[in-house]
Amino acid sequence: MNKLLMHPATKPVIFLLCLLPFARLAYGAFTDGLGANPAEFLIRATGDWTLRFICIVLAVTPLRVMTKWNALARLRRMLGLFAYFYVVLHLLCYSWFDMGFEWGDIAKDIAKRPFILVGFSAFVLLTPLAATSFNRAIKAMGAKRWQMLHKLVYVISGLGLLHFFWMRAGKNNFAEVFVYAAIIAALLAWRVWNFASKRKAKPPAVAVRGSEKPLRTG
Amino acid sequence: MSFQSRPIRRSNSDNGFIHPLSSEITPRAAYEGRRDLLKLMAGGAAGAALAGFASREAWAQAERPNKLAPLPGGKSAVPGAMSMDKLTDYKDVSSYNNFYEFGTDKADPAKNAGTLKTRPWTVEVEGLVKKPGKFGIEDLLKLSAQEERIYRLRCVEGWSMVIPWVGYSLAELIKKVEPQGNAKYVEFVTLADPKTMPFVGSRVLDWPYTEGLRMDEAMHPLTLLAFGMYGEVLPNQNGAPVRLVVPWKYGFKSAKSIVKIRFVEKEPSTAWNKAAANEYGFYSNVNPNVDHPRWSQATERRIGDGGGLFAKRRKTEMFNGYEAQVGQLYAGMDLKKNY
Repeated sequence: MNKLLMHPATKPVIFLLCLLPFARLAYGAFTDGLGANPAEFLIRATGDWTLRFICIVLAVTPLRVMTKWNALARLRRMLGLFAYFYVVLHLLCYSWFDMGFEWGDIAKDIAKRPFILVGFSAFVLLTPLAATSFNRAIKAMGAKRWQMLHKLVYVISGLGLLHFFWMRAGKNNFAEVFVYAAIIAALLAWRVWNFASKRKAKPPAVAVRGSEKPLRTG
Repeated sequence: MSFQSRPIRRSNSDNGFIHPLSSEITPRAAYEGRRDLLKLMAGGAAGAALAGFASREAWAQAERPNKLAPLPGGKSAVPGAMSMDKLTDYKDVSSYNNFYEFGTDKADPAKNAGTLKTRPWTVEVEGLVKKPGKFGIEDLLKLSAQEERIYRLRCVEGWSMVIPWVGYSLAELIKKVEPQGNAKYVEFVTLADPKTMPFVGSRVLDWPYTEGLRMDEAMHPLTLLAFGMYGEVLPNQNGAPVRLVVPWKYGFKSAKSIVKIRFVEKEPSTAWNKAAANEYGFYSNVNPNVDHPRWSQATERRIGDGGGLFAKRRKTEMFNGYEAQVGQLYAGMDLKKNY
């Protein structure tokens, strides 16, 4: 598996796979294939895909540790940037199709509607993560600080879930929300469990640091 | 009979009781063409503008999609019953629905509502009326002359459509059953059959879905008991075989697939009000000035508007544009409190 993951074609293939939802939405938008309310469809679909990519990127480290497919780490940055790609589209669709780029109205809407405020906060918090995703940023910040910053993704996943939960709350329609919540909860619980069991297994601090690559913590 | 007391102009000889063979019916396009010509001639030079207006109105009659059994409706004389807005495509009206008994996604009802059995169907009228009873759907269809009504429909979610319904004023039925003096409200109970409605078991709402109107709202001529749309019987996903359409209220007030109409003294509880009282009030009149707690109601997206994806949202009108007809029902009421 590691060999396959290290294959030069793996990354481009996954890159294209990640673009498939976008391609399908773009195709639908130009061929009238998004149903009666294409604006709503685009806004919701880009939101769904943001949440899915957050789940995918949060799954990388648990999967890597459990399976020892260490080469998975190569993909994590790209997957994280796709989460950002879809959230930018999400915000763009909302600002354009729902609000007609009326900035005053958008500002009012964000302040007035808690679920949009929460979603917008998640976007704002995700921005520095995307902005510091290149190697030089890691060096400039120092691995430790960089890791701390990127732990924000846990907060962001919670805000994203709350945003989705609130959006569905008016209709008491939580089935889908609970699926995402269960996945994210399991991925975060694994981290807590992993942290706790490592603490038990090893003498505190010291040894760990030197042997780790900066991208390790997830 | 009561409905004869007001002038009804019909666009054909069908009085709603005796249906001619379909082969004997003059095609709509033909009779409308003749009528347009007559109107133009009668109007003469002085009435040219008026004739153009009148022919526009005739033109607005919906073309049949030829999907279901025909249900023609004569032209309605009720003020405000013929919106001049461009009709929403039948395809959109029948594929983008909120009908939670068949699923919470708006595409679900069209996929799942095939299981709904609309025959036999009875509507039970009970409560504070002198003549309670069970009405078979065939009798209900013939109870009064079917009219076409082109109404705007504004969903509480912020989208809208323009739909040519076929039905008659609910008032016609109410007059027949003779409400008692203490009947102040009308409650509508809809079908909740777990065998044919896959989501009736879900916990989204408290089933059956119920709705209610104040007596004067129920008696208002615009309040429609609808059996069809686009000149055909209702598709299942749109609330077949009989539903309510209250055009000045948010769409969820217009109960679908009604099985019981109950006349009561106290304001009945309603499904969405039970689910979220702070978000959905009993009145739920379309009102651009009273926002939903989670979103603005100032604008709406008209489904199928020209420009598609890039069409701007339009401003929502007070009482969905029916203020002239229904505003007086709420005179002196605080509409912010009674949302």
